[in-house]
Amino acid sequence: MHAYLDFERPIAELEGKIVELRQLAGNDPTMQIDAEVGRLQQKADQLVKETYARLSPWQRVQVARHPGRPHFCDYVKHLFDEFTPLAGDRAFGEDAAIVTGLARFRGQAVAVVGQEKGNDTKSRLKHNFGMAMPEGYRKVQRLFRLADRFGLPVISLVDTSGAYSGVAAEDRGQAEAIARTIEACLNLRVPLIATIIGEGGSGGAVAIATANKVFMLENSVYSVISPEGCASILWRRPEKAQDAAAALRLTAQDLAGLGVIDAIIPEPIGGAHRAPDEAMSTVGDQISRALGELSHMSPDDVRRQRREKYLAIGRDLK
Amino acid sequence: MSWLTNFVRPRIKSLIGAVKSATPDNLWRKCPACGEMIFHRDLVAALYVCPQCGHHMRIGAPERFAQVFDNNTFEELIPPEVAPDPLRFRDEKRYTDRLREARQKTGRIDALSAARGTLDGLPVMVAVQPFDFMGGSLGMGVGEALVNAMQSAVDESRPFILFVASGGARMQEGVLSLMQMPRVTIAVDMLRDAGLPYVVVLTDPTTGGVSASYAMLGDIHIAEPNALIGFAGQRVTANAVREQLPEGYQRAEYLLQHGMIDMVVNRKEMRATLSKVLHLLMKRSKPHAVLPLPPRVIAGTVARVPGGA
Ligand SMILES: [Zn+2]
Repeated sequence: MHAYLDFERPIAELEGKIVELRQLAGNDPTMQIDAEVGRLQQKADQLVKETYARLSPWQRVQVARHPGRPHFCDYVKHLFDEFTPLAGDRAFGEDAAIVTGLARFRGQAVAVVGQEKGNDTKSRLKHNFGMAMPEGYRKVQRLFRLADRFGLPVISLVDTSGAYSGVAAEDRGQAEAIARTIEACLNLRVPLIATIIGEGGSGGAVAIATANKVFMLENSVYSVISPEGCASILWRRPEKAQDAAAALRLTAQDLAGLGVIDAIIPEPIGGAHRAPDEAMSTVGDQISRALGELSHMSPDDVRRQRREKYLAIGRDLK
Repeated sequence: MSWLTNFVRPRIKSLIGAVKSATPDNLWRKCPACGEMIFHRDLVAALYVCPQCGHHMRIGAPERFAQVFDNNTFEELIPPEVAPDPLRFRDEKRYTDRLREARQKTGRIDALSAARGTLDGLPVMVAVQPFDFMGGSLGMGVGEALVNAMQSAVDESRPFILFVASGGARMQEGVLSLMQMPRVTIAVDMLRDAGLPYVVVLTDPTTGGVSASYAMLGDIHIAEPNALIGFAGQRVTANAVREQLPEGYQRAEYLLQHGMIDMVVNRKEMRATLSKVLHLLMKRSKPHAVLPLPPRVIAGTVARVPGGA
């Protein structure tokens, strides 16, 4: 059983009936339920398909934040061998909101970075809900220097509602830490491939997503501000988040249309949380293709391609 | 004398329409910090710093240019054209309406003006991102103007000075505003690659996506006294952070203590400080101060002088 979102209630009811039927049949082996279960299952599948074929921007935000959606650590287990986490910024501390490490991806040595939100109360607290501190971003800068020196491509998996804001973060220079990390992305002479796997929240996401190739999962979002934050500032009413989500144009489809991302990675029907392994494998395939495309470029060209790509963003829009 | 190129003026006119009267009748200004009533002429002479309490008022591009350039002589760069409203954004107001109002209020096309001139004889490029244009928010217009000005500085071998005030990214341009963070960072790196100094003067307030990108990437960080500078904006801090805030939190002097800026400089000392720093970095001999003309009315610009003249 997984958690259902509000707009999935009709699906939840159908699938609930199936579970109920199965339980009843489990107690009474003489019951013939196959036909009825089959009929209900077909109906449920159809409903999932229809619902997910026309998600509103606000619904996509919910899916992007779905607790059952595969997170960074799931991807690490599924996509990488020999994952070797590297900790600490060598200046202040270790921040588990951003995870960095070395790994082998389909045989190739790579550097890996991403935000982890956590899956339960304990892990959420440990990872601070994926909201990184300055030391997290400075750890990323350290990973980038390492990757550059040893010629390892960097794979970035982005999933954060934003960088942490609070006294401790300000005291240690959150703004500077993010700024320097963006600069570090832009100066890498190895390929950097970023995938928004859930939420791409503002500067805290850009800091690890300024990449040669930027992909978004079909139901991920990437935005300058959360719809709730935007609604409370521009509408002065947080409950206008649905309107803000639409106005901000934060879906993968919107960003592809604006020329901000390079490709949309399709999700299994019903979202990545319904078939996590399938979703993660598709992400892996996309990253693998991108690595192949970039592998022939010289270090200077890799840096130049990234910079020219960003300078070009928005210039053709009317 | 200062001037806008003849190319700029017709474009500003076409975009803005008639600029509202540049001269409000109030000859007195009230200090927002201490409430002191100050005669306008005295305020201009004091560089918009309250003579009573020392509060540094927010000022725009013409005032900054007048306070920095030799003899108040400079040439403004033509603002680049960008897509005016790529998202067709509207909340309770259309973004295009908000833009038009800001243009009429300030007489400027967007929240970034840049000009070339000299500072004690040293050729420099100066950019001003003022708070009075939509909170100094960073959108495509600001980003492109900065990229453009930094590129010109590289072409002309001029050190770059940025006076910045901004609430952060311009929400009405969505992810395209966010993309200006890396875009302007690339331009900052062009200055670095060219061996040119990039000095950021952080003024009140500087937060959000602006502080989290090019405003915190200066070779030298100077702040005006008591300027609010940080990652989280005031509203975010007020809403989200229930913790006890330390005294002077997010103020210039607090950032100085926390190692985030090089110095806090009074506006009266700003010009001399910038000149000294740039002459040292450029290995020029000690500057002979060229006094700016008395900062009065700026002839020929369409921009409004706060409080009139
Ligand atoms: Zn005062």
